[in-house]
Amino acid sequence: MSGPNTDYDPVEVTPLKAAEVEAVRDAALVAIEAAGSLDELRQVRLDHAGDRSPLALANREIGALPPQARKEAGQRVGQARGAVAKALAARQVVLEEEHEARILVDEAVDVTLPWDRIPTGARHPVTMLSERIADVFVAMGWEVAEGPLVEAEWLNFDALNLGPDHPARTMQDTFWMEPVENAIVLRTHTSPVQARTMLTREPPIYIVCPGRVFRTDEYDATHSPVFHQVEGLVVDEGITMAHLKGSLDHFATSMFGEGITTRFRPSYFPFTEPSAEVDLACFVCRGVDSEHCRTCKGEGWIEWGGCGVVNPRVLVACGVDPDRYTGFAFGMGIDRTLMFRHGVADLRDVFEGDVRFTAAFGTEI
Amino acid sequence: MRAPVSWIREYVDLPEEVSSEKLAARLTALGLKLEALEQAGGDITGPLVLGRVLSFDDEPQKNGKTIRWCQVDVGDANGTGDPQGIVCGASNFAVDDLVVVVLPGGVLPGGFEISARKTYGHVSSGMICSARELGLGEDHDGIMVLSADAGAPGDDAFDALHLRDEVIELEINPDRAYALSLRGIARDAALGFGVPFTDPAARELPEPNGSGHPVEVEAPDGCPVFVTRTVTGFDAAAPTPDWIARRVQQAGMRPISLAVDVTNYVMLELGQPIHGYDGDKLSGPIRVRRATEGERLTTLDGVTRTLSAEDVLITDDTGPIGLAGVMGGQTTELSSTSSHIVIEAAHFDPVSIFRTQRRHKLPSEASKRFERGVDPTLPEAAADRVADLLVAHGGGTVSDGVTKVGSAPAARSVRMPLDLPARVTGMDISAETTVAHLRAVGGEVEVEGEHLTAVVPPWRPDIADPFDLVEEVARVVGYDDIPSVLPTAPAGKGLTNEQRLRRRVGRTLAGAGFVEVISFPFVGVGAFDALGLDEHDDRRTAMRIANALSAEQPFMTTTLLPGLLDTAARNAGRGQIDVALFETAAVTLPRGTTPAPILPVDRRPTEGEWDDLQKALPEQPLHLAVVLAGERERSGWWGAGRRAGWGDAIQAVREVASALGVEITVRSSSRAPWHPGRCAEVLVGDVLLGHAGELHPRVCKAFGLPERSAAAEVDLDVLMRHATPVVAPSLSSFPVAKEDVALVVAADLPAVAVADALREGAGELLESVRLFDVYTGAQIGEGKKSLAFALRFRAPDRTLTEEEITAAREAAVAAAVRRHDAVQRT
Ligand SMILES: [Zn+2]
Repeated sequence: MSGPNTDYDPVEVTPLKAAEVEAVRDAALVAIEAAGSLDELRQVRLDHAGDRSPLALANREIGALPPQARKEAGQRVGQARGAVAKALAARQVVLEEEHEARILVDEAVDVTLPWDRIPTGARHPVTMLSERIADVFVAMGWEVAEGPLVEAEWLNFDALNLGPDHPARTMQDTFWMEPVENAIVLRTHTSPVQARTMLTREPPIYIVCPGRVFRTDEYDATHSPVFHQVEGLVVDEGITMAHLKGSLDHFATSMFGEGITTRFRPSYFPFTEPSAEVDLACFVCRGVDSEHCRTCKGEGWIEWGGCGVVNPRVLVACGVDPDRYTGFAFGMGIDRTLMFRHGVADLRDVFEGDVRFTAAFGTEI
Repeated sequence: MRAPVSWIREYVDLPEEVSSEKLAARLTALGLKLEALEQAGGDITGPLVLGRVLSFDDEPQKNGKTIRWCQVDVGDANGTGDPQGIVCGASNFAVDDLVVVVLPGGVLPGGFEISARKTYGHVSSGMICSARELGLGEDHDGIMVLSADAGAPGDDAFDALHLRDEVIELEINPDRAYALSLRGIARDAALGFGVPFTDPAARELPEPNGSGHPVEVEAPDGCPVFVTRTVTGFDAAAPTPDWIARRVQQAGMRPISLAVDVTNYVMLELGQPIHGYDGDKLSGPIRVRRATEGERLTTLDGVTRTLSAEDVLITDDTGPIGLAGVMGGQTTELSSTSSHIVIEAAHFDPVSIFRTQRRHKLPSEASKRFERGVDPTLPEAAADRVADLLVAHGGGTVSDGVTKVGSAPAARSVRMPLDLPARVTGMDISAETTVAHLRAVGGEVEVEGEHLTAVVPPWRPDIADPFDLVEEVARVVGYDDIPSVLPTAPAGKGLTNEQRLRRRVGRTLAGAGFVEVISFPFVGVGAFDALGLDEHDDRRTAMRIANALSAEQPFMTTTLLPGLLDTAARNAGRGQIDVALFETAAVTLPRGTTPAPILPVDRRPTEGEWDDLQKALPEQPLHLAVVLAGERERSGWWGAGRRAGWGDAIQAVREVASALGVEITVRSSSRAPWHPGRCAEVLVGDVLLGHAGELHPRVCKAFGLPERSAAAEVDLDVLMRHATPVVAPSLSSFPVAKEDVALVVAADLPAVAVADALREGAGELLESVRLFDVYTGAQIGEGKKSLAFALRFRAPDRTLTEEEITAAREAAVAAAVRRHDAVQRT
């Protein structure tokens, strides 16, 4: 607000005439409308609404008018200034919007450009499948047991009813540690973990043992001297083959989907009696039109592993009372399961560490 | 074991409608697993007929060969009844011989299509076949010449040659040795279909009279039974009848000569291995004894073997003449002139045979059966059967003498609660079913109250325990009837802490861009050298594998780095230069050389025994290793990437430790295979975890890795042992005060030491200290560096005043000045 005008100059009063005020106002409105950018509008604001603009000067004159003229002039100038201010504000909004829109357009990028600056990691499918299998059994209240890879001969063989002259002992193609008399081997199966568990805790025992095992197999598309097994062991009162079947059916269903169960065929393992081979119903063709199924090769079933009732001789060697307890055990290849579950054609892919293979499996299987 | 279906049917009254597929499926369900169902000549199609050779001309060729241009009567099989003109390369036939002709349009094994074609100046309309061309065996003499009564010209040859015979190949488990014979397979087939079985071993036998070829058994433990029969006046040149040759061949053995084929035939039929001696070459009685250490014998395969005192040996006055139950010797071998044959049918101790076979690496058809267990009551019947067949087809006479030394051990009895099969299998099996099935399997069964006693049949040496009887009952009932019942485990505790931590380690590293690998744990001296380990490095002390697959990698590895570096190099070789890999696996660290005891199996080991066993095993700590090669952050359109380096390897360890809630310290170190100036040792408190940093340039070169590749290896067991649960921080909502300080210190002073001094000097108002710049240059001076730290101060209960902040900062700087002669830059 300017203070009362003390140095009244009658010459300057002309703008206060109605026609003059309107002309100034109209010139301002035209200039505002013509402003094409925020910068131009800033200049227009200075010129037409700034302290030295005609309307501002006219406003200052009002105080110098005789009192009877002040009201009319004041209204007139006030209205003109109001119109200019409103036009400026409106124009400001328009120009700001235009400005912003232009900048956003200018800043557009090619969103299809790659941004893979940090490579993605992955966990090994065998690790993940082992965990997934363990989780199925943990969900039933079982526990996961583990043991050493370099193992005592007694635990790998004798305690499991594989005496020194058992024909099955050579079938296993064992790696022996030097000196051989020291009776230390690379475990040929995860069964020593079962023996260790029975030897170190009391039944009831419900365990699953995933782990690495070794046999002197030549390395090719379907064999490896190093591979992975998962075994299960239950020792409790009143355990039967029906419980074995139930556990494996549940395992199969959890891993391969509703309706996928197992079938047993008589077989032979020294540590179980009766023993059975386990076949898994083909989860791809489900036994329908199997001839063309690449997964089960026309069988409708996939050989999965072995199982049976724990041989009472094993219970005795491991300090479990065979008159009170019975048990069952099963075992299958994890790598083999990975191969048919995920269509791995060459077992060597599992062990060669090619990042293209592992990365494909991500972090959960 | 390969079993021709027609042969099985000879002993089992199988209904016609039981197909070979059905038979095989039933045998599989009984425990004799179908491997393959084959049809002899299954891959032959088209016109294959009998033909009679009417005439031929031998026509010598420029290439030195002589071909025969033959006119062959094939009846009406060629549609005209005219003789068929065929060029033949063989000459082992005469006019009027009956031969096998494949006419144009036929296809022989291997997809070999026959058409009329011009050759040697004639149009040959078909082919006269050899056994080899028909896939019926290896013949040496040329084409097949059939006996005159095999059929008439134009007859279909498939029947005459038994070409549609089906052969079931079964996988026989070690406990079912009885099924290594047609007798055993047929017995199970009869069991499976509930039809009568005719035992081929049931024969009228002459009483042993001791007047056969004399035998003295000095090692009755190794040879409980030894029977000899003798055939004289035998025509060694007599051909093997087609049916014997065919069956031997279908069972997978090679027909050789009548005498040999007959012994093999009887072995296949009954399961009893037979040995034939040329009686004229035997001098004195046959003696069975253990060998003396170092004694020598040349076996049939021409190999001279040095014997062990455990081997059971067949000898005569000249010395060793055979390795009992495994392989005969050369000196008494049957030959093409042997007319005096001494037949041996004996029973040998399975363990003895197993050890001998393994010691001499001599698995044979005989040893395979003996080591698994042969029916000890068989020798007399088997010897008699051999003698009969020899005389029937080779003439001569069977001598009256029957020598039998020893006798089959008494049958074993197994007692079992009647309800055991039901209790063990979970199937609804009644006592009556149990008894009936055990009787069907061949045992005599007596029931006494709640128990039964089964007399184990002599062909089932595997049955020793009640649970063996359970399996017999269960397989006859059928495994398909086993119900599916989930057992109820007691409430479990889930994964162990260590198992959960291990998963966390894997996820942390995968999240940080590392790819997990699994390497073989085998290593050799070459890898230790490539790592630059000096000769005293403890990692060179590794356990040696006695039978390693590769002579270059005979040890169990003590470090994960060789496998991991090889894997990185393999990736580089396949074009994946930029890799970050990790592996968690146990390494094997030997301790001592005490043997692991072989403990008894009839009781739980004592605590002392158990401890001794544990102590004999090497330490097998779980290690974690990482390797980074090439770019850690990729180059791209955004500009240059960042090469992986020492810091990434150390950071990987830091991130894992942090994920486990373990506080680690890092300090400068020097250890192979790392760059001596870029190697850190990582500790938890005073405990060394491992090392991390840039690899030594020579190591990168040795493994074929990109320059400046980095790696780390730590003991994950130790790390996980120190894992602590997270304690939630208390968060102050008062404002933070940020103060930067730059300190000039000696260039070789570790930054962490300066940070520690700042932290200690700043006191409890300090929230964090972070190094954000390292600067060296002329301004700072020779041998100096400037470290810039960002300090954050905050109090839990108030806004800090300017005075408090200044005082804390100055105290921090003062500590660095005092302890490290630091000079503050302003
Ligand atoms: Zn399928």
